[in-house]
Amino acid sequence: MKAGVLAGLAVAALLGAVTVRANPQTAVDDTAVSGLDLPRNLSEFGFFADAPAQQPSPGVVPYRLNTPLFSDGAEKLRFVYVPGGKVAKARGEGLLALPVGSALIKTFAFGEGNGRRLIETRVLLHRTDGWVALPYRWNDQQTEAVLAVAGGRLPVTTPSGQTISYRIPNKNQCKECHGLNGEVVPIGPKARNLSADWLDDFVGLGKLDEAPELAARIPLWEERASVPIDAAARGYLETNCAHCHQPGATASNSGLDLRWEQHDPHAIGIFKRPVAAGRGSGGHEFDIVPGDPDDSILTFRMGSPEPGVAMPELGKSTVDSEGLDVVRRWIAQMQK
Amino acid sequence: MIRTVISTLALLSASSLAAATHEVAAGAGAQERLQEALILAEPGDEIVLGAGRFAISDGLSLDVDNVTVRGAGMEATVLDFTGQRDAGEGLLVTSDGVTLRNFALENPKGDGIKSKGADDIVYHRIRVTWTNGPAATNGAYGIYPVESTGILVDACEVSGASDAGIYVGQSKKITVRDSIATDNVAGIEIENSRDAIVERNFVTRNTGGILVFDLPGLPVMGGGNVILKQNLVVGNKTANFAPPGNIVAGVRRGTGIMVMANEKVWISDNIVRDNPTASFIIAAYTKPFDDARYNPFPREVVIAENDVDEGSTDPQLDGAEQLLAGFGGALPPIMWDGLNQDKDNPALLATPEISSWTLNLTRQGQPLAEAQPGPGDLPAYGQPWEFGEIGAPERLFDRI
Repeated sequence: MKAGVLAGLAVAALLGAVTVRANPQTAVDDTAVSGLDLPRNLSEFGFFADAPAQQPSPGVVPYRLNTPLFSDGAEKLRFVYVPGGKVAKARGEGLLALPVGSALIKTFAFGEGNGRRLIETRVLLHRTDGWVALPYRWNDQQTEAVLAVAGGRLPVTTPSGQTISYRIPNKNQCKECHGLNGEVVPIGPKARNLSADWLDDFVGLGKLDEAPELAARIPLWEERASVPIDAAARGYLETNCAHCHQPGATASNSGLDLRWEQHDPHAIGIFKRPVAAGRGSGGHEFDIVPGDPDDSILTFRMGSPEPGVAMPELGKSTVDSEGLDVVRRWIAQMQK
Repeated sequence: MIRTVISTLALLSASSLAAATHEVAAGAGAQERLQEALILAEPGDEIVLGAGRFAISDGLSLDVDNVTVRGAGMEATVLDFTGQRDAGEGLLVTSDGVTLRNFALENPKGDGIKSKGADDIVYHRIRVTWTNGPAATNGAYGIYPVESTGILVDACEVSGASDAGIYVGQSKKITVRDSIATDNVAGIEIENSRDAIVERNFVTRNTGGILVFDLPGLPVMGGGNVILKQNLVVGNKTANFAPPGNIVAGVRRGTGIMVMANEKVWISDNIVRDNPTASFIIAAYTKPFDDARYNPFPREVVIAENDVDEGSTDPQLDGAEQLLAGFGGALPPIMWDGLNQDKDNPALLATPEISSWTLNLTRQGQPLAEAQPGPGDLPAYGQPWEFGEIGAPERLFDRI
């Protein structure tokens, strides 16, 4: 019999004990975060004092990103957990270095107020041998989320009123976006995409060594109409595209690098020819033709819901019209 | 090693520490069962697909080393992606030492099987088919290994790809053999890759048969050291159906074997007939580029003994009628753009048995309208260079 099965039995026994205990759980179970197992239920981590209400346990800190990834308009509730006695390290404007034992928790929800329905909670666990990404699917009763390694589909109505078949990614697909140089890494919590106040608070909680000095931040998405279009668009591309489109990531072979810090015009797509776009080219020759969003592959692919054409390839099934608008305006104002 | 505790682990419980076999039958829930097996497999395990059609609506992926995925045959086991709703390919492989054999994919929305950063991969008796025939709406690549070292594509079949049927990109140590590529824009393409052997393939009804390209602006460049031998490259005259913008959209209908940029490509013992633009096209990269790492010229392409027809009688070239008249009714089998990197690095050497013509271009990127076509006079080749470790590593052949 495999070691995994033995471990499973052991955990099953523990679970029996947990159900006897008063619930909801009120503290994070560090062994669930750091251990070798893949807990079957989200509740085993103890991230939430009240999970259906998304009230975090002590030590689990909510955060937001200045400009987030578009996920069919889902509301996303983000939390970070750094275990007791440990401190994350700021690394300039880049990703916070979260110590082993940390977790990032992101719940996807649709609907407002009492009509809010939790769809899935994705967790990233920093274990001794690296980060592990797992998707948990909420049950119909909204009382528990269960590990869904193969992902799943369910109908949801987006904020724009579209009824779609929402895709919960499978465990491998988590890695398609979170993979960098063969390892799983977080994407979101980069200092440049977090507010100064939040970073100060996190330092105040004793969870971050320092709030880094930043020359420029990714702007708040709500303020995209009033900030310089270059910052709004590059911030959007950074958070929606660059996790794949950078060296060492899933779309590295395209040669397109949409990271915030990349300034080479060809690398970000200006007069760059496609490599493996196929019909994703839409008949256009270049990723970006300055001044001409209608003739740019970037906007063509962002504007398509069709698999094989649509970008990003995973994590959404509708067009982000607001994001597309920002990128179109950015290309349109480029000098021809 | 991460061990799982979820209920599906019961799949594994009967086995010892030795490699396990996970059987996945077609039918209800097949996609979820297959994807779970692909995730829960441990190195050394085998996933066995039953006969039948598997309706797949989402991209599949494998990220565990040394796993074999085996079907009941390339006609018997079909992963049907006609209803695919997400992902850029049908199956994505991102782990090393994987063997894929004896199954088919039909109608993936994007690429068929993509293996990226997946070293030592074997594709054996894999079929990828777009069942409606050539169409710009078909996916780009059928079999698509990229950024990998150690690739064996053996006895596979691809048809209908709107770019290349079998496409190997930015990789090293490659063998593509005994495979059939039909009704694609490019039958087989080796791009920005080194140490490749393409042999004994049947390549027909594509726009272009076999392409060996090197392109600028990619993470991996410097393609070369390629052998093309004993391929049957005939009747590639399907009108180009690639979506514009892609590099292969510029391939002329009726191209047999084409080499663009690249160093050291040895072409021998192929049968290259009934490709009405040219049996062979050897050319520099045609477009402007801004990449100091890139060499746009072919260097030391050798066309040795090959079986060719008298020439090409229906070329897809501007001024075709005048050209045909000028060459007595048929263009010589070898078409060269006339560009060399420099005097010491000739682009092309060839057997005197096969005649040639040249566009006599004088600079990279020069418009074809400025060509001064004339008969070619190519230098003879000598002994082959030392190929070194070329082709897929020996250990991959042991897995088929």
